[in-house]
Amino acid sequence: MDRDQEKVDSFARRAFVVGGLQGIGVSILGWRLSWLQLVEGERYTTLAENNRINVRIIPPSRGQIVDRYGVPLATNLQNFQVIVTPEQSENLEKTLRDLQSVITVDERDIAKAIKMAKRSPSYVPVEVRDNLAWEEVSKVELALPHLPGVTIQAGELRSYPYKDSTAHIVGYVGRVSDVGKMKDSLLSLPGFQVGKSAIEKKNDLDLRGKPGRAEMEVNVHGRPVRQLGIQPPVPGARLILSIDAEFQRFVQQRLATERSASAVVMDVETGEVYACVSHPSFDPNAFSGGISAMDWEQLRDDPTLPLNNKAINGVYPPGSTFKIVTALAGLESGLINGSWTVTCPGHFDLGKSRFHCWKSGGHGTVNVVTALSHSCDTYFYKLATVIGIDRIADMARRLGLGSVYGFDLPEEKPGLIPDVKWKREVKNDIWHPGESLVSAIGQGAVETTPLQLATMLSRVVNGGKAISPWLAGYANEIPLSVNLNANAPKIDIKSSNLALVRRGMEAVMEQGGTAYGSRITEEGMTMGGKTGTSQVRRISMAERASGVRRQEDLPWHLRHHALFIGYAPTDTPKYACCVVVEHGIGGSAAAAPIARDLLLEVQKRDPKSRKLEGTS
Amino acid sequence: MSLFQSHIHSDDMSILGRLKQLAWGQIILICVLACIGFLSLYSAAGGTIDPWASAQIIRFLFSLGLLLGIALLDIRLIFRSVWVLYGGTLILLLLVDIIGHVGMGAQRWLDLGIMKLQPSELAKVTTVMALARYYHGKELADVRKIKNLLVPAIIILMPVGLVVTQPDLGTGMAIIFAGTAMLFVVGVPYRLFIVGILGAVGAVPIAWQFLRDYQKNRVLTFLNPESDPLGAGFHITQSKIALGSGGFTGKGFLEGTQSHLNFLPEKHTDFIFTLWAEEWGFLGSIGLLTLLSLIILYGYWIAFRCRNHFARLLAFGLTVNFSIYVIVNIGMVMGLLPVVGIPLPLMSYGGTAMLTVMMAFGLIQSCNVHRDAKLPRGL
Repeated sequence: MDRDQEKVDSFARRAFVVGGLQGIGVSILGWRLSWLQLVEGERYTTLAENNRINVRIIPPSRGQIVDRYGVPLATNLQNFQVIVTPEQSENLEKTLRDLQSVITVDERDIAKAIKMAKRSPSYVPVEVRDNLAWEEVSKVELALPHLPGVTIQAGELRSYPYKDSTAHIVGYVGRVSDVGKMKDSLLSLPGFQVGKSAIEKKNDLDLRGKPGRAEMEVNVHGRPVRQLGIQPPVPGARLILSIDAEFQRFVQQRLATERSASAVVMDVETGEVYACVSHPSFDPNAFSGGISAMDWEQLRDDPTLPLNNKAINGVYPPGSTFKIVTALAGLESGLINGSWTVTCPGHFDLGKSRFHCWKSGGHGTVNVVTALSHSCDTYFYKLATVIGIDRIADMARRLGLGSVYGFDLPEEKPGLIPDVKWKREVKNDIWHPGESLVSAIGQGAVETTPLQLATMLSRVVNGGKAISPWLAGYANEIPLSVNLNANAPKIDIKSSNLALVRRGMEAVMEQGGTAYGSRITEEGMTMGGKTGTSQVRRISMAERASGVRRQEDLPWHLRHHALFIGYAPTDTPKYACCVVVEHGIGGSAAAAPIARDLLLEVQKRDPKSRKLEGTS
Repeated sequence: MSLFQSHIHSDDMSILGRLKQLAWGQIILICVLACIGFLSLYSAAGGTIDPWASAQIIRFLFSLGLLLGIALLDIRLIFRSVWVLYGGTLILLLLVDIIGHVGMGAQRWLDLGIMKLQPSELAKVTTVMALARYYHGKELADVRKIKNLLVPAIIILMPVGLVVTQPDLGTGMAIIFAGTAMLFVVGVPYRLFIVGILGAVGAVPIAWQFLRDYQKNRVLTFLNPESDPLGAGFHITQSKIALGSGGFTGKGFLEGTQSHLNFLPEKHTDFIFTLWAEEWGFLGSIGLLTLLSLIILYGYWIAFRCRNHFARLLAFGLTVNFSIYVIVNIGMVMGLLPVVGIPLPLMSYGGTAMLTVMMAFGLIQSCNVHRDAKLPRGL
């Protein structure tokens, strides 16, 4: 038995070794358990909660944009989308093909859906098509039992009832571009749209609203098991604009007689913009559903720039409309008065240079009123030599030219009012006296926008109150742009001087005036204004010698711009307008008739008679 | 080692006498463990007895009968039939390879009509039996000779080869571990194990070539589960989250979010420990670990008190087998070991596994009953 005992002892010793190893193994398990469950327990509890609870962002409804009467300019339509959850579809490709036999689905959309499905987890639904018509919705609903994973989802689509009429002021929306997408969970929602231009862009945050949250308990596939809590979204603010939508449409249609034109009609007292139109325009609804590359390129490459709001970012030499500024600068300087006269032989000589008046035969002897009404260039050449450019530039700035107002549309441009300092600092050159003459009639380096010209005119005819134009009124009850115009500072201009200029503008519409042909003939309606024609190309000496070519013979893009600024009525002005017809050749022929129609219509509609909600 | 050997010999070989000699403590612990398994399966099914708990209870009751039946069998009968059983297992393994049912991408089952038989489960038991039988009559001096390792090596490697080609890597490894442990306790020299371990480490790159893609993935994911938290590493990561989120006292019975929302994979089979630990917390999981350790210790105690070498080795080998499964399974669900598809014995849902584990405990019990029996030497 000794040998057996030896065997037993050996067994016992070694069994203890094996048992010991197992003891170590079990101890490691125990240690690991205490690590996972006691030390790291809280961290894993959080992870388990994150697993379990899926917070779904509920997109808020985008705020409406309405005109001053509450007429919707931007609203939301129900948008039905077909979405498919790849996880629930046994064969995604087949399901999509089956769907294709029910409604029209582009090959491109199918390829896109398959690509999206590959990129994200299979429980994330992908969009196949949107903007479904009612009948398409019902067709898909009927076929649903044969389309595993397919569902119809109701979303919202931005809609602009006034289409191209309000495109430039209301703007459009589009998908979030990738930049900064990760910061905001709302922005990363599939299909979420943000403002891309104009009011939609400027007031995007107010319009957007606040997203709601639905806490769902989900299973491993991400499918909701039950709802734990819900916080409803707060819809975006309702934005009231100072625009009169019907009038805006009227202006748009009136401008449509021209190839490329813009106009602003505003209130001379409050600065409210009643119409702000740029023609040609585009249909912003095309952007809501995603514009096609071809349509986009067509809009982008059009030489008449339909995507641009030329009323605020078209910069033009103001031409003779600027003579109002020069006249006021002269009168305010004290160096001239209303009886100061100039005799016009059709040209003005400064040293060796000869400056031509538009009327080669000359105007004879003119004072400030007749110089304005006949738009005599010689008078203002002479005046410029008397007062100098800096007085003119100073008056231009006081009247609101040469800088941005912080207008409610982000695309606003400042234009340019040149003076001696500007020439020195920007052009690094000295100011030539001849430049003063050119600037005095609104040519050369002077650049203004239609919005600025309308504002300038407003400040002149409202008695020198430095009002600024504004467009966006109120978001719900909260003032968006505080109307500072009630307390607008007075521009220090003698009322007798303002009256002289106004008299000149009234005379423009009278017999012998440059816009007599476009006067208002309707009983009880009046207007004043100033024509302007601004050169796009310089007329060379040689050309002048051999006879100036008729503008009509020039290619369109080289023809003069036609401008008109006008106000109505003449006794107590309420409305100011500016019309610019690009390459329209002559202010009196092309721009004045339009301005007349606009001022007539605005007086009939009289939007000023009804105060905008919330303004005092 | 008289410490473990009872002074009262188990001479009374009547049925009643044998029943008295059963290690009832271990049987009761096994029943407690099985009940924990039933509770977990009840929870896994979302608080219903069907489909898993009910089937498992029936299997357990049947297997318990089998355990008692085997426990009461005369160990001499078992001793004599070892080679037949071992040979029969090899034939069944071959059959699986030939006409086996294709399941889970691997041929493991023989469909017997009423149940699916997994011969690899049987192999775990019969290999241990064969080794115990082989070493029963061997002198220590012979055991230490290296040339005498040939036969036991063949005994181990034949079933391992057949199991691994199914392929069932987990079971193959388990047989190798249990076999190695047995070679160790019978007295094979230490230096051989050192050489063997070094050799095994050296063989890893070669063995890697023979692994199937899914097996390679499992190992790679184990090495770095966070590398692909939504892909292959998902199971391990979610299992750790479930375990950890149980905390000290657990989320409560039927309240485990990870398991009930299906974040936990295979919650009724391989990951049943995690389900238990999520709902019952650190207290529950440490309690379960203690219960499993007690069952293992009981097995060693039985091995030590046996007075014939066959019973001693058989009880030891089968206990090692059981403990390997426990450690590998729990280590796996905690992310300490690769996911090898090894169930937690007596708790995981599954027929053959339950049957073979209970058969093994039947054999251990038989060793206890017949601890003083005299068995002939020689093959």
